[in-house]
Amino acid sequence: MAANWLPPVSLTASGRPVFLPGEVERCLLPAVDLESENPGLAPFRSGLLVLTSHRLLWIDEQSAAGFAVPLAAVVHAYPPKKSIRSMFASPRIRLQVSVSPDGRIAEDGVRSEVITLVMRGKNDPDAFYCRLLEVLRSRQWEAAVVVEKRNTDSGIAEPPMAAAARVRMPVVGVSGILRKEQELWESTDKSLQEAFQDLNALMSKAKDMVQLAEKMRLKLLSSTSASGNADDEEMGSKQEMQDWLLSVGIVSPVTKESAGALYHQQLSRELADFVKLPLERAGGMIALVDVYCLFNRARGTALISPDDLLQACTLWEKFDVPVMLRKFDSGVMVIQSKARRDEEVFARIASLAQKPDALRTGISPSDAALTLGIAPALAKEHLLTAESKGLLCRDVSPDGFRFFINLFTEIDPSDIYMNKNNGPAHVWSSALSLSG
Amino acid sequence: MQRLGDFKLPHFFNYPPYFTLQPVRETREKQVQLWKELILDYCRSQKIFVISLEEDFPLFSNPVVERSLSHEARQVFLAALVNEGRAEWVDKSHKKCLILWLRIQDWADYILNFVKENGFEDSVMTIEDMRFGIETRGTELAGIDRGVLLRALKLLEQKGKAAIFKGASADDEGVKFSA
Repeated sequence: MAANWLPPVSLTASGRPVFLPGEVERCLLPAVDLESENPGLAPFRSGLLVLTSHRLLWIDEQSAAGFAVPLAAVVHAYPPKKSIRSMFASPRIRLQVSVSPDGRIAEDGVRSEVITLVMRGKNDPDAFYCRLLEVLRSRQWEAAVVVEKRNTDSGIAEPPMAAAARVRMPVVGVSGILRKEQELWESTDKSLQEAFQDLNALMSKAKDMVQLAEKMRLKLLSSTSASGNADDEEMGSKQEMQDWLLSVGIVSPVTKESAGALYHQQLSRELADFVKLPLERAGGMIALVDVYCLFNRARGTALISPDDLLQACTLWEKFDVPVMLRKFDSGVMVIQSKARRDEEVFARIASLAQKPDALRTGISPSDAALTLGIAPALAKEHLLTAESKGLLCRDVSPDGFRFFINLFTEIDPSDIYMNKNNGPAHVWSSALSLSG
Repeated sequence: MQRLGDFKLPHFFNYPPYFTLQPVRETREKQVQLWKELILDYCRSQKIFVISLEEDFPLFSNPVVERSLSHEARQVFLAALVNEGRAEWVDKSHKKCLILWLRIQDWADYILNFVKENGFEDSVMTIEDMRFGIETRGTELAGIDRGVLLRALKLLEQKGKAAIFKGASADDEGVKFSA
């Protein structure tokens, strides 16, 4: 029985055709008959016609059977007839296909036959015909063939010219677009890989860079102390240099990947090391928020959260590190160098508060900040602490919040008109009288 | 030396923190003490018996340093005087304060002494005379607050050293001293 004069099409479980590699669906037509001029070959009635880049598929969805006409076997496609008669009949498209000696449709057949597509459903034959021509022209099935041939011929040494001649890369139609997309993707992938290699190279250089920066910093420090009177410009650029070096930072930061369960401990140690230099520069005390910014900037990537920072600081109690976390009554948190005791700061504040101007008008947090070289918020904390120790007194007025050296201790309540001749009260009242 | 009227002000009156209520306990205690003394001294010298918090009190401001005590500060210092028994609130709302730069008992002693020194035992004086009369001029009794005087006299009465009697009108109130 010559019923199956077309090669079969395997279907998926849901009745869709299984496509060949690279095969793309182009058009679907319902209710199409496939007939052969050969009366011995039974026609296929009323199936779904699927035009792909490689084949013409006829699928009977009811019986889940499918058959294909390889487009490679199509020699010619006749346009649908336009005559008065054809207006009333179902449109027909005839294809001349090559047939092998045993009657099967094959690409390299010796003779040809005509098969007809009868479109029984509501279809646009002209549109389909155009598509068909496009697909036939693009010959996408040949790309697959070429690849296969290349694979099979790889054993035989073949002159490149001959191989190139056999390759016919179509650049028009859908396959052309697809090919272009493929090429684009490949080139992007390649350039991305190259870029990442650069990054890897950079990372390996990072360690060297930081070592270099460290050497320069040490050199700067030594040269600054060596030359006693550096002029302002030089000092300015040295300052810039130090700032830059400070922010270059840390080579291989502790991350959760690298340290795992020891993350917070290691982070804590890293932080203690890092914070030494900024502490020196800031006069022994920095606000925690400032440390957060500096530390993260130095780490570059692998940033830590405020919570991590806080935990790292609280862990310092367990280790023997020369820094500590300190919380003021106002809630302000600072990192303080253990070496720098409060007494030193108080001594500086006391001497500032006893200068003639300060005796007259007191000191404000910003005055103290300037003298001590620290942030105004921190300076205020110091002033308040000094006040609580009885070193200073506050003066609240419409002018603002100021502090004076504490003279209450000097005043003898039983003789309030007496002035101790060498006490600060004496100095103070002299300062007052000088100003008139 | 700065003066307020004819009162000599201490030098720390120009110390700005003096006019800010100090938060630190030790410093505050010192500050309160100084203010208490100053208030008593000033009131004594100016014969001020009542301080009204609703009015300006010259001692509570210093134009030289441009500072004045806040309402809270005034309350604190006056309350300290009251606690010490050197002042009394005149009203429940603490708006007026009677300053006893001499305690009632001290007044009683003073009057007794005055009477002895001037030989007024067994004599009678009107309250008005005691307050504004010739006999008391130049003494602490001159210009004394009426209420304070009466309370002091009452104390003496309790000890049997004086006897208060009312006259026909308020002006005729008098006291008879006994030895």
